Amino acid sequence: MRILASLKVALRALRTNKMRSFLTMLGIIIGVGAVIVMVAIGTGATEMISQQIASMGSNLIMVLPGATTSGGARMGLGTVSTLTSDDARAIKEECPAVKEVAPIWGGVTQVVYGNQNWNTGVNGTTPAFFSVREWPMADGRLFTEQEVTGAVKVAVVGQSVVDNLFGSENPLGQIIRIKKVPFTVIGVLDRKGQSARGDDQDDVVYIPLTTSQKKVFGSTLPRTVRIILVQAQDLTRMAEAENQVNDLLKQRHRTQPGQLADFTVRNLTEIMATAEQSAKIMSLLLGSIALVSLLVGGIGIMNIMLVSVTERTREIGIRMAVGARSRDILFQFLTESIVLSLVGGLIGIGLGIIGSKVMAYFTEWSIVISYSALLMSFSFSAAVGIFFGFYPARKAARLNPIEALRYE
Amino acid sequence: MASLIQVTDLCKTYQVGEIAIQAICGVTLNIDKGEFVSIMGSSGSGKSTFMNILGCLDIPNQGSYYLEGTSIESLGRDDLAQIRNQKIGFVFQGFNLLSRTSALENVELPLIYSAVSSRERRRKALEALQAVGLSGREGHHTNQLSGGQQQRVAIARALVNQPAIILADEPTGNLDTKTSLEIMQLLTRLNEDQKMTVVIVTHEPDIATFTRRTIFFRDGQVVEDRALPGGGKRS
Repeated sequence: MRILASLKVALRALRTNKMRSFLTMLGIIIGVGAVIVMVAIGTGATEMISQQIASMGSNLIMVLPGATTSGGARMGLGTVSTLTSDDARAIKEECPAVKEVAPIWGGVTQVVYGNQNWNTGVNGTTPAFFSVREWPMADGRLFTEQEVTGAVKVAVVGQSVVDNLFGSENPLGQIIRIKKVPFTVIGVLDRKGQSARGDDQDDVVYIPLTTSQKKVFGSTLPRTVRIILVQAQDLTRMAEAENQVNDLLKQRHRTQPGQLADFTVRNLTEIMATAEQSAKIMSLLLGSIALVSLLVGGIGIMNIMLVSVTERTREIGIRMAVGARSRDILFQFLTESIVLSLVGGLIGIGLGIIGSKVMAYFTEWSIVISYSALLMSFSFSAAVGIFFGFYPARKAARLNPIEALRYE
Repeated sequence: MASLIQVTDLCKTYQVGEIAIQAICGVTLNIDKGEFVSIMGSSGSGKSTFMNILGCLDIPNQGSYYLEGTSIESLGRDDLAQIRNQKIGFVFQGFNLLSRTSALENVELPLIYSAVSSRERRRKALEALQAVGLSGREGHHTNQLSGGQQQRVAIARALVNQPAIILADEPTGNLDTKTSLEIMQLLTRLNEDQKMTVVIVTHEPDIATFTRRTIFFRDGQVVEDRALPGGGKRS
């Protein structure tokens, strides 16, 4: 019996029981749809986290001023400024596993341009910061080491600041006032988007570190910094760099053994990698739950096909009597279950794509429909059709023609 | 010349649980090409088992069966299916047509399993329907047809592959007297005009009178094999 002929027979049989065929398919539809939506959500989440990792800058270690004890009460991290520009320079010079160092000193304050004002983060740093964060310029230039040394009043602004302060004007060469100190805008940073915590990373102004320390955010101790970003030589030397920074700073700060260090070293990449890992596990979990529902759909197909074989025992007997071989019968019922699962799979893919889009629209999550997931779920549903259709089809093919003919 | 059907010392035993039931035993007979034979016997006499073996639906435990010189008992399932398809046309008491399917498609059914192109299938099926007097009814679904018409469709289906033999198991069992007569006339005509070998199983002596030879079964054995020299009842 040719494929076309058996396809015709299968379609006719499925049409005879429209409702039943549809309900059987529903299992596969839901299964395939669920796989696609779940994988889309998982892939989206993983991708979002990778993007955030990339936007943080790679191989990053953060050095924060530590908690100190004041009259027995332990203060929170960063409450006391214990880190200085000199610490930053020492890290750069004395730790071989460290590639770059970027100290930061700044705060949140009002920035004024013409009759516009905007409250934003103003950070003093060194040019190395932008390479550590892997943050390119959109326009203009960075401030130089000389400008840092000379405490020149120049500023590099983020895209959100441009949007809020300048509107459609070109910010380059304009004068902005930060705490009444005039600065010349010399550069505009590329858009970086949200951070892992959801902050707007573009809502920021960068000025030379020394300018920040001396002219804008004065500190009780000179040359203090709020944070030191440290970039390791590469990912494999992260731990090494961390240890070196720790040892160096303990030595510089004269921390006695057993005494609480007045600084903290944090490995950001590790945290982000963990987050990425957990997102991957999550998507794997979601995917496997969806696969289970596809499996349940397959069992539904098997169930209905078994009923169908029993119901049509007489028909099978007639076909055998007029010369159908076992494989003809096997093929006929297998075709039916494959048609069921493939049509269900196609509808499921359609619904899955629509579902993902709807999900993305309402939740504003980043959702990525992967073609490999489409292909995988489709071929999986085909496999389900063959696998779960085989047993009933074989049962049909093995019927004894005499008994099948006598079946009422 | 070898007979169309050559059966020697045929036995068939069914195992029902612990008990072995001997349906037929020691049946030996020949049926030649072009014969019109009826098989009679009470229920349980083994005539249906014999028909199933003749029709290659079942294989004997013992003895030999040659159909057109081919030994049947050594064949596998698929080979038997092939023989049923090519050499045997079945007509059943309960018609055994596919419901919700047109008469034409029912008649085409054996051809689907014998690699015939769809155009050729249609032509042969229409021809067979015409032969049983059902031209113009090919599009009707079988459940829209009367019992007699359904049995005609079944006969057309049996004919369509030009088999060596038509086996009819109580072909008139579900029909009234008048329709039974028509069906028997149709079978007689096929036997006379197309030289088709026809074997029918019946328990009605009236029906058996149409044939030219009657074989009586009792307790799984042939008790009488009577040829009617007159050539059966003509109408």
